[in-house]
Amino acid sequence: MVIYIDRQLAGPYGRDGHRYTQEPFEDGVPEQGYQGKATPREIYRDGIAALGADFDKLPTDAQDAKLRQMEDSYFFTLLRQHTIEGMFCDPMHGGNAGLVGWQLIGYPGPYMSWAQEIDQHFGKAFRPKPKSLADVLGRKTTPWEDEK
Amino acid sequence: MKTLPKVDVVIVGGGWTGLLMAKELGARTGLSVAVLERGKPRKTADYIDGMDELDYAIRLRMMQDVSRETVTFRNTSADRALPIRQLGSFLPGEGTGGAGEHWQGETPRFFPHIFELRKHLVDRYGAARLPEGCTIQDWGFRYDELEPYYTRAERLLGISGQAGLDPFEGPRSAGFPTPPMTLAHVPRMFLEATKSLGYHPYPLPSANLSTTYKNPDGVIRPACEYCGFCERFGCMVGAKAQPSNVLLPVIAKQKSVALRTGANVRRIVQKDGKAIGVTYFDANRTECFQPADLVMLSSWTLNNTRLLLLSKIGEPYDPATGKGQVGRNLTHQVLGGARLLFDKPLNRFMGSGANGGMISDLDADNFDHGPLDFIGGARVVAGNSGGRPIANFGAVPSSVASNWGSEWKKAAIESFDRVAGLNAIGEHPAYRANHMDLDPTYRDQYGDPLLRMTLDYTDNDRRLSAYMNAKLVDIGHAMGAREVTPGEELRRYDVVRYKGTHIQGGTIMGASPETSVLNPWLQHWQCSNLFVLGASAMPQNPSGNPTLTLLALTMRTADTMVARYLKNPGSLT
Repeated sequence: MVIYIDRQLAGPYGRDGHRYTQEPFEDGVPEQGYQGKATPREIYRDGIAALGADFDKLPTDAQDAKLRQMEDSYFFTLLRQHTIEGMFCDPMHGGNAGLVGWQLIGYPGPYMSWAQEIDQHFGKAFRPKPKSLADVLGRKTTPWEDEK
Repeated sequence: MKTLPKVDVVIVGGGWTGLLMAKELGARTGLSVAVLERGKPRKTADYIDGMDELDYAIRLRMMQDVSRETVTFRNTSADRALPIRQLGSFLPGEGTGGAGEHWQGETPRFFPHIFELRKHLVDRYGAARLPEGCTIQDWGFRYDELEPYYTRAERLLGISGQAGLDPFEGPRSAGFPTPPMTLAHVPRMFLEATKSLGYHPYPLPSANLSTTYKNPDGVIRPACEYCGFCERFGCMVGAKAQPSNVLLPVIAKQKSVALRTGANVRRIVQKDGKAIGVTYFDANRTECFQPADLVMLSSWTLNNTRLLLLSKIGEPYDPATGKGQVGRNLTHQVLGGARLLFDKPLNRFMGSGANGGMISDLDADNFDHGPLDFIGGARVVAGNSGGRPIANFGAVPSSVASNWGSEWKKAAIESFDRVAGLNAIGEHPAYRANHMDLDPTYRDQYGDPLLRMTLDYTDNDRRLSAYMNAKLVDIGHAMGAREVTPGEELRRYDVVRYKGTHIQGGTIMGASPETSVLNPWLQHWQCSNLFVLGASAMPQNPSGNPTLTLLALTMRTADTMVARYLKNPGSLT
């Protein structure tokens, strides 16, 4: 998870390579979406500082209490979203190591065909062994964050 | 500025409508055609590497690059518009095929009365029943005139479906070219439940092929593999009809048609009331002038409108006076929904973009609005497009209060494959206040003003949504769900949550140049050698997915072009 988030923040997404960043930055209404100037990297830096240097040494209850205090912040929204992403993305992005996330929820990954199964197994759990994209293709592909 | 050799026709935008027009002209005339597409080339073989939810469905790798150009948004003219800094409520495409590459492939026809919506509603309920400020209008022609083109469009794409089940469908001159898809578990439950409630369900008409199909152009495509990577993805086998697999194989053999990618058009150039070509930046950032006798705009709803405004062609719409045409009748979609939690696993990972069941009983004016306090309806759909984990993880029973923490996590893991959704995809009437113009502040990568959207929902829209939510809850219970949660109450329009990519209006067609930009042939009323293709021509959003209709409209325009315009260029009306 941490590897996943680090890689996302280090890449074009974390540096706002995909976002419209022309000025002026003005406060909007929620209907207009995030209008801040801060990039995901900067939001994480500030958010982690707000958690305190000793956060990782706190007991879990105290950690939860701290997170609860900031659960309405944009940092927390990103942290929650990125945690889900890191848990359930293809492992080429650095998360879901050993496909543990997909095993946890019974998601098989990018199989190329379910044509023989689509009208089968109604009401019963059909749980093929999870495969990554590299497993399916027999070769590696380049994730967007690593592309030049 | 580099001036290029003149072509007969220049087409701005290489998506469904632009490439279809190019293919038709290439097959039926000797005209030289240049298609200018601002994105990169794409082909079926590229898509096998794209079965990755994060890059494609979450980071939106196939979509318009908003770091270079976006649109601004505000709810009302009294508010300050701010840029949509990252895409949310709609997803325009970029690259060969445009949004036609990453669409789901749902292809309903519109009902006959949709083409004469204002007349129909006024005749049935009286003008006083239209909501305040409602500017819906008729298309300027009838369903019967479009019907042969619907049939041709269905054959071009090989649409899978079953005619005769929907009592509200307009007359058809032919059945569907291919049988319906094999439906997954959730759509099947929907068909049974809605039937038991007295509705008339049918399998969703689908551009994801149920079987191998050879179209009238000789293009052969294979059957769908139900892999679950459809919407927001390109199809790795070409089973989902896309411009890259339906049109490009034909265009590639046409010597008179040239597709230039990386070509970003900035202006349509006009002289003495006629278009004489377009200016664009090519892939090397060289500014070019492409002279042409005929200009076709097919660059999606927002960019079609923006290019007319930037080129100062036609009169910009002013919502204060109701005068002007360019930018009027901006519509998107009114939505309702319900979340269904089941006791059993659903195997949601299998499926395709248009793998679904649907009813039209609550759509359009197919039900009596006399005793109701709104106009409009919604098509109700239960789909099974692939249950991918990043987007779908996190739904929990309503007894779980938090959306994080260990209790939530445990419940979310248990619920992951037990949750389904019902969607009501509703009509969005046009209103006087909802419109597009140029933004006074924000600019694109070249320094040109961005397009500004002013858009909000009305009480009519909120009542429609609430009505649908209640109906969906009944259907959810009939499907045997343990817990059914109605969709959130509709409040204001936002650009954050996805609502579909069916933005319409801005360069609408109609019977009068006072209230429309285009005549019913999609020809500009004042500038007769300029045609505008796509959903920007639709006077209001008719609930149904627009792609099949805009393909039919493009074929109709191409026929008219060949039969009448080329013999005698000038106004077709």
